[in-house]
Amino acid sequence: MTDPVLEIRGLRVDYGLGDQAVRAVRDVDLTLHRGEVLGLAGESGSGKSTLAYGLTRLLPPPGVVSGGQVIYHPVDGPPVDVLSLTPAQLRRFRWAETSIVFQGAMNSLNPVHKVATQLLDVIRAHEPKSTPAARLARARELLRLVGIAADRLDSHPHQLSGGMRQRVMIAMALALEPQVVIMDEPTTALDVVMQRQILGQLAELRERLGFAVLFITHDLSLLVEFSDRIAIMYGGRIIEQAPAGQLYRDALHPYTEGLLHSFPALHGPRRELTGIPGSPPDLRAMPSGCAFHPRCPKAFDPCDETLPPLGPPGDGRPDRTVACWLHPVATPR
Amino acid sequence: MRFLLQRTVFYLFTAWAAITLNFFIPRLVPGDPVQSLITRNQGRISADAIESLRVLFGLDRNDSLWEQYLDYWRQLLHGDLGLSFTFFPAPVSTVIGDSLPWTVGLVGITTIVSFLLGTALGVGAGWRRGSWIDGLLPATTFLSSIPYFWLGLVAIAVFAGPGSFFPSSGGYEAGLVPAFDQYFIPSAIQHSILPAATILVSSMSGWILSMRNMMVTVSSEDYITVAHAKGLSERRVALSYAARNALLPNVSGFALSLGFIVGGTLLVEIVFSYPGLGYQLFQAVGSKDYPLMQGIFLIITISVLVANLLADVAYLLLDPRTRKS
Repeated sequence: MTDPVLEIRGLRVDYGLGDQAVRAVRDVDLTLHRGEVLGLAGESGSGKSTLAYGLTRLLPPPGVVSGGQVIYHPVDGPPVDVLSLTPAQLRRFRWAETSIVFQGAMNSLNPVHKVATQLLDVIRAHEPKSTPAARLARARELLRLVGIAADRLDSHPHQLSGGMRQRVMIAMALALEPQVVIMDEPTTALDVVMQRQILGQLAELRERLGFAVLFITHDLSLLVEFSDRIAIMYGGRIIEQAPAGQLYRDALHPYTEGLLHSFPALHGPRRELTGIPGSPPDLRAMPSGCAFHPRCPKAFDPCDETLPPLGPPGDGRPDRTVACWLHPVATPR
Repeated sequence: MRFLLQRTVFYLFTAWAAITLNFFIPRLVPGDPVQSLITRNQGRISADAIESLRVLFGLDRNDSLWEQYLDYWRQLLHGDLGLSFTFFPAPVSTVIGDSLPWTVGLVGITTIVSFLLGTALGVGAGWRRGSWIDGLLPATTFLSSIPYFWLGLVAIAVFAGPGSFFPSSGGYEAGLVPAFDQYFIPSAIQHSILPAATILVSSMSGWILSMRNMMVTVSSEDYITVAHAKGLSERRVALSYAARNALLPNVSGFALSLGFIVGGTLLVEIVFSYPGLGYQLFQAVGSKDYPLMQGIFLIITISVLVANLLADVAYLLLDPRTRKS
């Protein structure tokens, strides 16, 4: 495995302050390696988007990052903690090192400005010494990269289709050749055909440019195909992490298993769709012990009392981690 | 372009309808100017004098309404608005021409200043919620809810008076001749400060409030988050992304308020006896001066329509979504 580019250590994100705070992300440890695609999946409300907003310091109030570190390793230079950057440093860091493609393909572009304006202003903000001609050439190249004709630079967002808008956003995300691109459900608002196209294109661009992707979605089937590693989130915690193939073939956590059984496979033998009974936990009143135990078909003694730690399971397989009493960690951390 | 043409045709039609109404309404009012002259002189006018007055005002011809209507259009197209009864024998166009600059100067400038200032404060208040500008909001809302004439009267009672810097009435020092010289201009400015300030106080909070609310709405849009994520400067995000979008409804509101500059000044000018169009209209109504009333209504109508057209054009320029390729 290559060296890490983004390390999330013990990240905690709350909504609100004090006793009333809703703890949306709880002690999350996650490492993104250079050039890999890390999928992050979970139900609505599991904290996956909050995690993305938290680590980029884009949380709208009342969201607060209440603890942890986000260590970014630049290509050259010492690692920095994103959470302790000054506002000016943060502005320089944003987009140049870590860019984001957001959920809402439709509303991510400013409706009153041309595509060109919005592509050029980010380049100008980060590379103030570049000439206007060079910036324009770069913008044209970016659009070509995502398969959009360069004359679309003069279009306004409302003149583009949803798929084109999202491709413009991807082009914009790559404008400064960042090391990390965070994608927060980038294809949710698009139809299936367009999803395929855009994901295919993204995979190709990643091959060429070598950026790492943190891909957030509730669609586990998409991740199985598209990502190198997958992390599953439940109730604000990572509960399982494994290489995509392993996770698909042999899920250890009952919740992951439930997720995998809630969509049909295109290939292989038919199997029954089961889904997961019950509903996601209330973040204000989390169950004791493992947050999943009230819905877990395999819950037994320790589950409702003690929180299972996340770590490599005792039964071998050191490249994956799980937080479940069925697969206790070999040596507790 | 076609859109603009459509709008123009629509506004021409509206103008025709308004001018026609403008012709009929004063004629539906009971009484006539001779009657009002008789009352004003408490009946001490001889029958001959009354008769000659009727001839003078053209009330003896007993033309049908239709003929009067055609006549009205004919004169209008020649820029002839008739003679004013009150300022006889001055033509209405001269009376309006004399008072229009006062109104446009006072209310026009304060409307623009109020819009610019209010919008700027609104951008600040909406962008930094909870700052000192937000604390200012209840006060401005309170001031704007005071009926305008009352605010004006209070202002006169408190600030104007013998020996005060602020004159309580008029547009300039009595005895000065209106001209662009070093005596007249300072006097005109001195006379306009108090009415201008009361207009500003009562109208600005509307702009602040609407701009602030739009800023708050726009601030939660996805493209604002994207703009932050892009690492743009705070200033660029606030102005080019948030304010630029939040401005749209305010701009059309502003264009419309330009139309009310001429018509909406009645109370200001009455309270301050300001020699503008509103004060003139007030006098014209009091003395049943049809030609003057019609002339002023015409100006009001046209200015409202032009302002509407301006609003359309402004929106077309500012919001690309309204432009059709």
